Amino acid sequence: MNKAKQLFHRIEQDFYLVLIMIFLYAPIVTMIVLSFNASKSRTQWGGFTLQWYAQMFASRNITAALQNTLLIAFLSALIATVIGTAASVAINSMRPLPKSILMGITNIPMLNADIVTGISLMLAFIAFGISLGFRTILIAHITFNIPYVILSVMPKLKQTNRSTYEAAMDLGATPVYAFFKVVFPDILPGVLSGFLLAFTMSLDDFIITHFTRGAGINTLSTLIYSEVRRGIRPSMYALSTVIFLVVLALLIISNFAPRKRTK
Amino acid sequence: MSKKMLAAPYLLWMAGFIIIPLALIVYYGLTDKSGMFTLANVLSIARPEHAKALGLALGLSFVSTVICLLLAYPLAMMLRSRGVGRGSFIVFIFILPMWMNFLLRTLAWQTLLEKSGVINGILSALHLPTQNLINTPGAIVLGMVYNFLPFMVLPIYNVLCKIDDNTIDAAQDLGANFFQTLLRIWLPLSVPGIISGITMVFVPALTTFVISSLLGGSKILLIGNVIEQEFTHGSNWNQGSGLSLVLMIFILLSMALIAKYDQNGEGSTF
Repeated sequence: MNKAKQLFHRIEQDFYLVLIMIFLYAPIVTMIVLSFNASKSRTQWGGFTLQWYAQMFASRNITAALQNTLLIAFLSALIATVIGTAASVAINSMRPLPKSILMGITNIPMLNADIVTGISLMLAFIAFGISLGFRTILIAHITFNIPYVILSVMPKLKQTNRSTYEAAMDLGATPVYAFFKVVFPDILPGVLSGFLLAFTMSLDDFIITHFTRGAGINTLSTLIYSEVRRGIRPSMYALSTVIFLVVLALLIISNFAPRKRTK
Repeated sequence: MSKKMLAAPYLLWMAGFIIIPLALIVYYGLTDKSGMFTLANVLSIARPEHAKALGLALGLSFVSTVICLLLAYPLAMMLRSRGVGRGSFIVFIFILPMWMNFLLRTLAWQTLLEKSGVINGILSALHLPTQNLINTPGAIVLGMVYNFLPFMVLPIYNVLCKIDDNTIDAAQDLGANFFQTLLRIWLPLSVPGIISGITMVFVPALTTFVISSLLGGSKILLIGNVIEQEFTHGSNWNQGSGLSLVLMIFILLSMALIAKYDQNGEGSTF
């Protein structure tokens, strides 16, 4: 290939990349721009305003939903991280057959359609007599978060050296002490990224929450869904912008935070 | 061994909130209101309104999956040829929308497509006739492609990155042109990623009710909408469960596909 042709090829590729990028980001940018638009019209620019943000923070529905969302995301990520990390340690020391059975169970909620997971949990809560509300959303979120934690922790556990743990035990450490002194620092990056992944997943979820929430409780997702079906208000754009920026910040932290050497 | 006991909370949790709930769907799906065994719920899929919803969902999600694959494969190849590793900024840009709340992404398209929306606003500013964009099957396909495209890009990109440059150079040195290299080297080596991408797009697209209710209006019903309505508006849980069982057949099929073509989890998304 001569140079000109190569350059042309490169420009072609750039063009395609930019086109897809526009496709991916134009809708999001539109929403962000509209959230600052003083005019309620979606086609006319009525000047810059922050009134929709003020309206959003003044709305009791929205602040309550925000509180629920953050609390559920934090608690479900935390509990899922504890259960998932413990399970990973146990699964890692198992024989191949029980290991593959447990990993198979772990995969069910990830591969299953959200609508099926959602209605199955709803049926179970009602069958067990647990009234739908904050608790049931929390349980549901822990359930779909555990697999993400396990999948982040397992690869790190496989890299750890068993001998160092055994050496610690030989030197008189109790298993618990040896675990926290020797194994845990090695798998910590996996545990943290599992926590962040679980947190993001919980923030992001709509379908499963939709089926497991009771009448009086909303998360941001379910609030947006019910509001949008009645017609879009500009405060929804303000809310979307805030959520977008929070998720962006979380992802940048988890992707580009200085990592420990993993090799 | 005390170590195995660490799995106990996990096992109890998964048994209580994954296995038992799924068993309940099977139970409800195969019984009538009085608890007697029946196949009527599952067979109600053959009723015209249900069959139409399933057919439409299959059709639209198939079209979306094909479009996603056609858009994502060249994209993944280009990202790879930039010689950038995972976690690089340009890859991050294309994966980022995957983590955006998908309700918001759909809401964004509603804003663009609506009768008084942004696209029609631009059209009328240019003195062009406004188009009827929303509440069409096309709008639903657009919503599906937009929502699920990153789920196709990531697994394909992951397997492409594992292909050794030397393999491709060797093919070219031996005189293969671009299409021969594509057919004989790229595609066969990226099958796990393609299969994983297809299921990651097809399953959520097939079962969605959000995209269709926001972009398709109340007239276009997909199977997801039918099931959702059985559980939230109506209260025929038996029939809703029966229809979910039908959906689960498709989910199981795609799980089987993954198990067959992606045994090592090479094409896994996370």
